[in-house]
Amino acid sequence: MTQISPIFKREFFGYFRSPVAYVFLVVFSVASIGLAFFVGGFFKANQATMQSYFTFYPWLFLFLIPAAGMRLWSEEKRTGTVELLFTLPITTLEAVLGKFLAAWAFLTLAILLSLPLAGTVAYLGSPDWGVIASTYFGGVLMAGSYLGVCSLTSALTKNQVISFVISVVACLALLFLGWSVFSEVLGSIFPVWLVDLLSNFSFITHFDAFTKGIIDPKDVVFFLSLMGFTLFLNVVALER
Amino acid sequence: MIEVKGLVKTYGPKRAVDGVSFRVNRGDILGFLGPNGAGKSTTMKMITGFLRPDSGTATVDGIDVTVDPVAVKGKLGYLPESAPAYPEMTVEEFLGFIAEVRGFRSATARGAQVDRAIGLTHLSPVRKQTIETLSKGFKQRVGFAQALLHDPGVLVLDEPTDGLDPNQKNEVRSLIKAMAVDKAVILSTHILEEVDAICNRVIIISRGKVVADETPASLHARKPGARLDEIFRTLTASDV
Repeated sequence: MTQISPIFKREFFGYFRSPVAYVFLVVFSVASIGLAFFVGGFFKANQATMQSYFTFYPWLFLFLIPAAGMRLWSEEKRTGTVELLFTLPITTLEAVLGKFLAAWAFLTLAILLSLPLAGTVAYLGSPDWGVIASTYFGGVLMAGSYLGVCSLTSALTKNQVISFVISVVACLALLFLGWSVFSEVLGSIFPVWLVDLLSNFSFITHFDAFTKGIIDPKDVVFFLSLMGFTLFLNVVALER
Repeated sequence: MIEVKGLVKTYGPKRAVDGVSFRVNRGDILGFLGPNGAGKSTTMKMITGFLRPDSGTATVDGIDVTVDPVAVKGKLGYLPESAPAYPEMTVEEFLGFIAEVRGFRSATARGAQVDRAIGLTHLSPVRKQTIETLSKGFKQRVGFAQALLHDPGVLVLDEPTDGLDPNQKNEVRSLIKAMAVDKAVILSTHILEEVDAICNRVIIISRGKVVADETPASLHARKPGARLDEIFRTLTASDV
């Protein structure tokens, strides 16, 4: 497992060797804060919370995380560096974890760039720091789950466009199951227990509790097990 | 030392490698010849642990690649075809990454290995340049430097002189010759003059099977007075 560290470092600093990192960080910040200001009514709500900022996270992640994750493996496959990587003395699991953790750390950085917004809230009022902290925690966990899905789809193809599209569709499915509008449609067709069961597989259902300041072990376990499951399939897909 | 026993690899209906066996001892430079698609690269990929053979094994210094691939990868230096490398890294950063994965963890040990490899392959004029800006000859040398970095006892080189100009070819050949004194080297090529220039053994494969395994001298003796490419053509006549 000591081999994870060089892979992690190469991948993480690799983002900053190309314009990808800067474009991504700027777009992420502008889009997330823009949504909070102009759609979420950050100021209009007149409340010292970050609710209007975080409420768009599941939707924002839907496009931005596949954009960050699509290149993880497909680029290595396209340029042939995958052959270099897998003839170095590392196991597939170490390579998968190293790259995943690097991308996750990068996304965490993007999320933490919104901290000045928390400062603004604190300046204007007296927010509940517990709620803000738990929401950040939930946001980072949810980003990891989205990324697990994207890393997996990226390992299936050498084409980044295909990787992006499949990631969005897969994440969309996981999102829709818990979206109230969609649940109502399902509820008119299927019995309640089935709709509840399905919505338990959704990002939204599990992220909601964090935004209310509740860190429920079952939500944490959901995100972690989704990551574990997709990364396991990722290893299988690469060893195929 | 490399020992290959009955390697088989099938892609769909096509048997790419069909029971290839041979041995390479220390001090040997084995030229691996064959028409395009004869199974040269596939065989090398199985020896280096990148591909899993359908049956048969390859052992390096007594370690079976199908049993402990990571240990074998640690002993090998491998130059994949077309020398893939991470384009956005500089030569120094890239070799530093390889050194770190190869177990040179302290900055001084890493620096020493990188300097040695850069010196051997005459890369010092471009060491601070990103790999994507390099000419093909320099890129090939970066691949070379990467394979030599940890001074491995076994070198597997897939078309090491491909795309180089005559001067560079000469230089690479003398480098291989100089190093091979205490190493086992396999190099694939389809330049027949290369065999006479550096190899002390030749294997010709055709349609996945070994059709000749001897010294260059005895290959010439098959048809006295004939040129090497005529002999090659006769041996690989079934592969059209």
